[in-house]
Amino acid sequence: MAGGGSGHIRLYRAVAGRSFRRHSTYRAATLAGAFTNTVFGFIQVYVLLAVFRVRTDVGGLDAVDVVTFSFVTQGLLAVMSVFGSLELADRITSGDVVSDLYRPFDLQSWWLAQDVGRAAFQLLFRGVPPFVVGALAFDLRLPADAGVWAGFAFTLVLAVGVGFAWRFVISLSAFWLLDVRGLVQLSGLVFVFFSGFLLPLQFFPGPLRAVADALPFASVVQLPVEVFLSRHRSLPNLLEVLARQTAWLVVLLGLGRMCMARAWHRVVVQGG
Amino acid sequence: MAELPTLAEQATIWRRLVGARIRADWQYRTSFVLFTVSQFTAAFLDIVVIVILFSNVDRLAGWSIAEVAFLYGTATLAFALGDVFISEVELLSHHIRQGSFDRFLLRPVGPLLLLCGQEFAFRRAGKVFQAVLVLGVALTQVPVDWHAGRAAMVVAMVGVGFVIFGGIWVIASSVAFWAVEARELANTFTYGGNFVSHYPLEIFSGWLRRLVTVVPIAFVSYHPALWVLGRKDPNGAPGWFSFAGPLVAIAVVLVARVVWSSGIRHYRSTGS
Repeated sequence: MAGGGSGHIRLYRAVAGRSFRRHSTYRAATLAGAFTNTVFGFIQVYVLLAVFRVRTDVGGLDAVDVVTFSFVTQGLLAVMSVFGSLELADRITSGDVVSDLYRPFDLQSWWLAQDVGRAAFQLLFRGVPPFVVGALAFDLRLPADAGVWAGFAFTLVLAVGVGFAWRFVISLSAFWLLDVRGLVQLSGLVFVFFSGFLLPLQFFPGPLRAVADALPFASVVQLPVEVFLSRHRSLPNLLEVLARQTAWLVVLLGLGRMCMARAWHRVVVQGG
Repeated sequence: MAELPTLAEQATIWRRLVGARIRADWQYRTSFVLFTVSQFTAAFLDIVVIVILFSNVDRLAGWSIAEVAFLYGTATLAFALGDVFISEVELLSHHIRQGSFDRFLLRPVGPLLLLCGQEFAFRRAGKVFQAVLVLGVALTQVPVDWHAGRAAMVVAMVGVGFVIFGGIWVIASSVAFWAVEARELANTFTYGGNFVSHYPLEIFSGWLRRLVTVVPIAFVSYHPALWVLGRKDPNGAPGWFSFAGPLVAIAVVLVARVVWSSGIRHYRSTGS
């Protein structure tokens, strides 16, 4: 299998760039999606604020925190592509993946580059608008200083990586299932619930919170949003968050490579 | 043009299409089962969110968990029935983009019937089952002195809600006739509407309350539930709103008819 080298870096950078440009052609879809995320942000905010009519604090979060939480998570929904699968799954089902296999690049890195390009586009055009509109209507909490912004940027990059690594494994299951839509949907639900998209994990009762903390999904949403809310300001705290994300990234990327190695044995090229 | 089929003939055609579709889906058994499970889980997560919210507060805007579960149960059952029988219309944008919508116009059956029959997905029934379960529990828990009138109202809520959600699905999906990419816009009104209908309307701010009175989600569960539960709207909506559901449903169907048929007239096949 092909290794690293500067030529490969250039290749993957080009792949990411093209992916960014490809997504930028769907203007109406982007606008419609940003609108939908914004409206859902408002609905979620009102539901959570109803809780704060009788409470001032839930697990250390105040009303401003949860309002910010809602708009940041709605912004991240498309970035982390929670309900999406990789096109890789379609290529496996249709058999096109065979032509990917004899190209001189690493399949996982190729799709990672694709996904990074996509995520960068979604961050700018699906992530920022709900937050800006939310900020016009409500008091939102911005990161306390430049250090928090930088920390947020790092956690975001790792979060995109973990989200990708998970979806890569799910997509590879197409080698065994052929039709992955059911699994993709189920994975999306587990993801959406345990990542903190539906509710900040601070609202969860103890045992459920423990389950969420033991799964990789919090690394994709809950942790970056907590960093954004300046809840991990000290360097040791921030490093702990980054270490947790990195651990999941390594584990899930490794799992992906394992599945890849197994899947290759199943590939049969039809002559017809 | 040939004579249009009678209602009985249409019903037969629909049954045939649905039967064929179920047999086709059953070919991918693992995915079929996973899909049905995921539909059940999806709906289940919504009620889990409500339970988690109530683990943090005793009452949400003065409503007990049983009362909110009653709102949730009636609205979700109506929505789930709409999801089973009407939501197939969402795939309109897919068929328009693929150019395959032409086929629907060439058959001697209404394109809407054909679309809803051909894209029928049994898996969505998972949601109906879940909604019946929650509604059943809620009915025994709400402090209501049941009599025939109230019982009839509950049945009417589900029927009226089904028609309203169905109509909104058709109207929102018809956007694809004009802007094929803006598919996600429909989600704002369908899934967003469903989400809003789970909660007492008074937790939302003025503009959102007015929006769901016009888009008439408020007539699915909130207004009739006020009467069943013997509550008053703190924002002073007139009492007859509780009984306006059937009229509102008829209005939605009329609007849906106009939008759908003007969409069909506006339709131009893809150029490619």
